[in-house]
Amino acid sequence: MAVKREKLPPPGADDLRVRQLRARDMLRGDLEGEELDKYVEERVLTTSLDKAVAWARSNALFPATFGLACCAIEMMSIVASRVDVARFGFEAFRASPRQADLLILSGRISIKMAPVVRRIYDQMLEPKWAIAMGACSSSMGVFNNYALVPADKFMPVDVHVPGCPPRPEALMHGILRLRKMIQDDPDMGWREGHRARGTEEVVPAADQDTAVNVFLPGNTGGA
Amino acid sequence: MPDAVGLELLAQELREADGESILDTVHFRGKGALIVKPATIRATLQRLRAKGFDALMSVHGVDYYPQEPRLGVHYEMLDMAAPDRVTVKLRVPLDDPVVESVTPDWPTADFQEREVYDMFGVIFEGHPDLRRILMPEDYEGFPQRRDFPIGGEPVLFTIDEAEGTAYTQ
Amino acid sequence: MSAHTDVTGTSGYRQMEESTTLEPVERVGGEELDRELLTLNMGPHHPATHGVLRLLVTLDGEVVRDLKPIVGYVHTGIEKTAEDKSYWKAIPVVERMDYLAYYFNAYAFCAATETLLDIEAPPRAQYLRVIHMELNRIMSHLVWLGTSALDIGAMSMFWYCFREREQINDLFEQSSGQRMHTRYIQVGGVAEDIPRGWEQKVREFTARMPERADQYRDLLANNEIVLQRLRGVCPLAESELLKLGVTGPLLRAAGNPWDLRKATPYCSYDHFDFKIPVGTEGDNWDRFGVRVAEIYESVKIIDQALDGMPEGRWITDDRKVALPPRHELATSMEALIHHFKLVTEGFRVPPGEVYFPIEGPRGEYGCFVRSDGSSKPVRVHMRDPSFVNLQAMAPMTEGSYIADLIATLAMLDPVLGGIDR
Repeated sequence: MAVKREKLPPPGADDLRVRQLRARDMLRGDLEGEELDKYVEERVLTTSLDKAVAWARSNALFPATFGLACCAIEMMSIVASRVDVARFGFEAFRASPRQADLLILSGRISIKMAPVVRRIYDQMLEPKWAIAMGACSSSMGVFNNYALVPADKFMPVDVHVPGCPPRPEALMHGILRLRKMIQDDPDMGWREGHRARGTEEVVPAADQDTAVNVFLPGNTGGA
Repeated sequence: MPDAVGLELLAQELREADGESILDTVHFRGKGALIVKPATIRATLQRLRAKGFDALMSVHGVDYYPQEPRLGVHYEMLDMAAPDRVTVKLRVPLDDPVVESVTPDWPTADFQEREVYDMFGVIFEGHPDLRRILMPEDYEGFPQRRDFPIGGEPVLFTIDEAEGTAYTQ
Repeated sequence: MSAHTDVTGTSGYRQMEESTTLEPVERVGGEELDRELLTLNMGPHHPATHGVLRLLVTLDGEVVRDLKPIVGYVHTGIEKTAEDKSYWKAIPVVERMDYLAYYFNAYAFCAATETLLDIEAPPRAQYLRVIHMELNRIMSHLVWLGTSALDIGAMSMFWYCFREREQINDLFEQSSGQRMHTRYIQVGGVAEDIPRGWEQKVREFTARMPERADQYRDLLANNEIVLQRLRGVCPLAESELLKLGVTGPLLRAAGNPWDLRKATPYCSYDHFDFKIPVGTEGDNWDRFGVRVAEIYESVKIIDQALDGMPEGRWITDDRKVALPPRHELATSMEALIHHFKLVTEGFRVPPGEVYFPIEGPRGEYGCFVRSDGSSKPVRVHMRDPSFVNLQAMAPMTEGSYIADLIATLAMLDPVLGGIDR
């Protein structure tokens, strides 16, 4: 093996001393115009409001407790100590859908359960995201039969995590990808992103008298 | 698990009580089964209870398509004292799938008979609350019959929505 | 309920769902108080129900007067799916029924198939099956303990129990490659032999587990809140339980020592010396104590099985049922043909019907398999203990408070995957 000897390049613009002098100049007000812009760009984190909000939203996801089947056990494992979701701040699983913004569909969705899931998803406030955990909720998995529905059929899903059941680390990876998706795309409003129109539960005018458990506009339920 | 002789003796005793109840006995792989006439099921189970088989462990249905009579219901009886097990099987045709419910005598059969009704369409007369248990209430059809299609759906992911329903993974 | 058409009308369903068997509510203190019964719907999405269980609870104030469980929200049609697949390929499908007792599901199915085939697993395979099943039993009880304590409010138990569960999952991963639903138990034996070092790791685990179980018991057993919530709460007499077909720890808590591992031993369980924990009163406290005590007994069984592990094959030598070892495929034409037939079509099972019951963590798992001579089962049915035990929920909670209802549901240990299949 030959040994090559080289001289170091002469100190250029990256020299510490040069940077110190430039900082002193900026503080004294001696940097102008383009030099000042360049200095600020290098030093100060500028961002748009959207990006800042997206950063905050992504780091404060509240998952909803929605364990359906076997994947729910692995979802409980991410709360447990080995793969600790509290490292990321997501350990506060909210039982009420009104307080949650991430729906982790962990398990198989039967045709009896699908309207219930949809109703829970509708009750969540925007912005909201959904992770289809496991093969069954993404694509019916092992069971392609009369009893199951894939989640994409009735609600928009942002991240699919494959596995049967996915390891807790895999689910964590999926949640972190979602976090990255939220950070990267602050302009993606929930409705525009999924072309979601008319997803509210609408009672046809003919049935409004006999509908139960539905609060029509103007009806405050006696409050 | 009564041996073959014990099973025959049991069938003999039950035949003495009611001549037409036991249609056949089957002793297969060390386990005994009695084939009974559907109308006599409740009485037969009561007689078995008198003989010591006082626990009903399972009620489940089988579809014997294409053999007739098509729908079968199996009752797994357990004698905890001996311990001993015997299966009681009956078969009903599709056009008259009515069996007397044993729920008044054996409360454990409640959910299990509802499941047999839900999956096979066997109607249990005398059941206090016969309605679907696993499928949605307004579901039509009896899924676990052999001629019911397995079903299934093509899968389209959210990200491929724009492709349209003709595109599936 | 004789005419077929009556049953399907939705208003008929609503009527049937509401409680129609209640006596009128008695008046309090002579005053004509205006009381009515409130029907409360708990679930299917509820933080306390173990899975998607829906309970229609009829309340008189806070006292439960009637309870109707509505299930079917995770019904996956597993039994019908299994009819579509060959026996070998149906094992992973059947495993996913009761998702905390997957080895038991697989073993019940494989044992029923082996009975039909009239073959027996070699002794080493039986011991390996016992070890894995008992590890699964410990894991199921740990998950139960963690989630039940969470429901009662003792939240930190969740993290402790799942720490142990992670160790068991590591053992499963080492022996079969998967943490859950491992398809390790196959027809004729187990999928492959245990790797080097696995036995030592299991011994490390069983050396530590009893003292961990002591710690968990000490955390909860003398806690006044736990005692008040569990002791004397919602007992049910043994005769009632037997009429309802309840088996497993619930029956043992009421005093009946019925355990299939001892009563009708299978899979070499009669080679091991272990006790059956039994309760006295049948209340929630006994159900809790029985399950915790079963953890110690399972540890004993695992130790004895490791001590006495026989040598030999881990799967049957019958090449018509089990895959030949891979090195034979290069040299033996017969092995190649067997391998091809087994993988494409699967082995054929002689016609017959068999019901094979085993003792799982929740009670009696019985697998019914009917075959007609082809390579696919014609009917697979699992008698799931949670499905039958759920019927005991209504008699247990009559006359108790909602908080007791939650504690009783936790102590009942229902797993909805098994209930709905």
